[in-house]
Amino acid sequence: MPTTAPTDPAAGLASYSEVTKDERALRRFLHGLPGVDQVGAEARAAALGTRSIKTTAKEWALDLAIRMVDLTTLEGQDTPGKVRALAAKALRPDPSDPSCPSVAAVCVYGDMVAEVKSVVGDAVNVAAVATAFPSGRAALDIKLADTRDAVEAGADEIDMVIDRGAFLAGRYQQVFDEIVAVKEACQRPDGSHAHLKVIFETGELQTYDNVRRVSWLAMLAGADFIKTSTGKVQPAATLPVTLVMLEAVRDFREATGVQIGVKPAGGIRTAKDAIKYLVMVNEVAGDDWLTPDWFRFGASTLLNDLLMQRTKLTTGRYSGPDYFTLD
Amino acid sequence: MAFEYAPAPESRSIVDIKPSYGLFVDGAFVDGNGAAFKTINPATEETLAEIAEADEADVDAAVQAARRAFRSWSRMPGKERAKYLFRIARILQERARELAVLESIDNGKPIKESRDVDVPTVAAHFFYHAGWADKLDYAGLGPNPRALGVAGQVIPWNFPLLMLAWKVAPALACGNTVVLKPAETTPLTALLFAEICQQADLPAGVVNIITGAGGTGQALVGHPDVDKVAFTGSTDVGKAIARAVAGTDKKVTLELGGKAANIVFEDAALDQAVEGIVSGIFFNQGHVCCAGSRLLVQESVAEEVLHRLKRRMATLRVGDPLDKNTDIGAINSAEQLARITELSGIGDAEGAERWSPDCELPASGYWFPPTIFTGVSQAHRIAREEIFGPVLSVLTFRTPSEAIEKANNTPYGLSAGVWTEKGSRILHMADRLRAGVVWANTFNKFDPTSPFGGYQESGYGREGGRQGLAAYLKGGQA
Repeated sequence: MPTTAPTDPAAGLASYSEVTKDERALRRFLHGLPGVDQVGAEARAAALGTRSIKTTAKEWALDLAIRMVDLTTLEGQDTPGKVRALAAKALRPDPSDPSCPSVAAVCVYGDMVAEVKSVVGDAVNVAAVATAFPSGRAALDIKLADTRDAVEAGADEIDMVIDRGAFLAGRYQQVFDEIVAVKEACQRPDGSHAHLKVIFETGELQTYDNVRRVSWLAMLAGADFIKTSTGKVQPAATLPVTLVMLEAVRDFREATGVQIGVKPAGGIRTAKDAIKYLVMVNEVAGDDWLTPDWFRFGASTLLNDLLMQRTKLTTGRYSGPDYFTLD
Repeated sequence: MAFEYAPAPESRSIVDIKPSYGLFVDGAFVDGNGAAFKTINPATEETLAEIAEADEADVDAAVQAARRAFRSWSRMPGKERAKYLFRIARILQERARELAVLESIDNGKPIKESRDVDVPTVAAHFFYHAGWADKLDYAGLGPNPRALGVAGQVIPWNFPLLMLAWKVAPALACGNTVVLKPAETTPLTALLFAEICQQADLPAGVVNIITGAGGTGQALVGHPDVDKVAFTGSTDVGKAIARAVAGTDKKVTLELGGKAANIVFEDAALDQAVEGIVSGIFFNQGHVCCAGSRLLVQESVAEEVLHRLKRRMATLRVGDPLDKNTDIGAINSAEQLARITELSGIGDAEGAERWSPDCELPASGYWFPPTIFTGVSQAHRIAREEIFGPVLSVLTFRTPSEAIEKANNTPYGLSAGVWTEKGSRILHMADRLRAGVVWANTFNKFDPTSPFGGYQESGYGREGGRQGLAAYLKGGQA
């Protein structure tokens, strides 16, 4: 790996065309990445979790965390009314405080994209899960149709799932090609494209070595964001998994000049946890990633805790959950 | 926009530092006969307290008190002695925050280390040895092993309370009584420990704590009625102690200096290896006898490891030891700072290349930035002499045998680290590295169950674990 970033990202990526030319080359490359020591990675994540973020730093971090939330509902029982309510909350998370920022995006199933769009317009992004979310078990043409539908309905971002079975069986090329195909399906007629987030479901991949390999695989295939989990499998996002992914995007930018975003999703419920993630982003990837363009939280209940902590900081008092809207 | 961490200072209000302290002899605080000296906060140079100095008569009184207490303490059933040790361990836990804050104020180490490493490990040592007190017959030293008598113990300033625990807990568990001298720059937590002994109703004279400098230590180890000498500190003083006790029947353990090799192979988990390099040399400002002060990195990954290491070092936070986000605190004394500065200057003069990240050091107090020297060879003094500060010498190697040769080419032999994802290589290296502790894919981890000690000029004897008990018992060898 070169240690200084190439100035031209296209050339930087092109220098990796050799490693993605066929299954064997891809395997050699992914298996040649430095390993991850589980004990060491978990110890590092735990150590970063002991940082003490107080007063002005906490205020700043809470607002940033709110701006990074992909406010999510992915339930079979979702109704248009519920989704519109969530969209309204995404715009104005704390109706009693106009200084409270909007969240980054609303994340829904593809069929609800238009509902969200009708409420938020262009003020907040709309993300749609696609590709036979959450299992990813469908034929490729169905996954692509799923993606195109969501893009046509106006989705700004597509959260796809990888084929974990193929990855675990070592069929890396298949996973790679699928990401490339979905990325093509994200194209809009005007030449722009919906941002592609690639969900690994790290709870199913299990080892940190796998997380590092799949991160590089997805980045080489054209992911704009890499995302830990669907939220449907436990464990979902953890600090050490996110650590390994942050190391990957940091190293990838140094190698290619291309910056990729990271989205931990599922299981992040408290402001305290969210701040631990932000500390990790700061100290592992660096402050270039400390914006909603490059780091997101996939969450639903997290937002209310962020709002409660924010209110506590400004008023000095805790309010009960009754003072914040339920989604 | 940058994420600026606001100051997050731990409150000092929990500790109550008295203006002056006496000696703890025979269960009570008494005045010393010597000239009192001051202990200061190395982060601010503020005087914390006046400390009594023990002269020869004071040392003699303390040894006599320990001798009197030995008669009943050594005959007490092990399970009864264990109760005192368990009680002390619990009080240490109850007063953990107080101890951590006081340790950071007097020593300069970051609160996150005194809070998360030093004090919990101190309590663990007392709990562990409490468990041994009634099981000494099964320590592998033969049937019915007996206590030695009075232990004279001299400890250093880098882990004031932890080194006290390493010395006092096994001595007491085995039925010995102790006279302990903490370092002159860091006496406060030992004196707080004396209060804890009172709080635990430990019989008078079982633990005596006398303060002072080198002269007091000499008087203690030279006292004819001391049966056992235990010392942790510099190799020079260790040699002097070995000479002083030669020809007597005192038992001695010495835990001295080190110049540990931390060996990173090309197949290591590099991000975690970098963490291990950082904790190996910058933990406790590098004031660690087993610090990984020589980085041996395989040539094929040297450039990449150094790049990652420098990037990581740029995130280290140097400053107020009581701030919960501080990674590197103050150098313990002006004297130590002068030594680190001098040896680093020698590194420059010998042609090694010095690098430190940009970091602002506080205006008052004793500070040294985290520093690495590259282009270092075995012949350089900074590769041979213990700097005892946050200064890392980086050397490279090509083959495992070259790594072993370089790692072992030192008068010391306290610890070593091996970083590789290959299990067989770890075993291969551990067999051949001449060091008391070999860490694999980790560094600077301490546990009361694990024996610790060195080869050659790093000293002799082991502390901790079953092996550590042998230093405080007679009746067979381990």
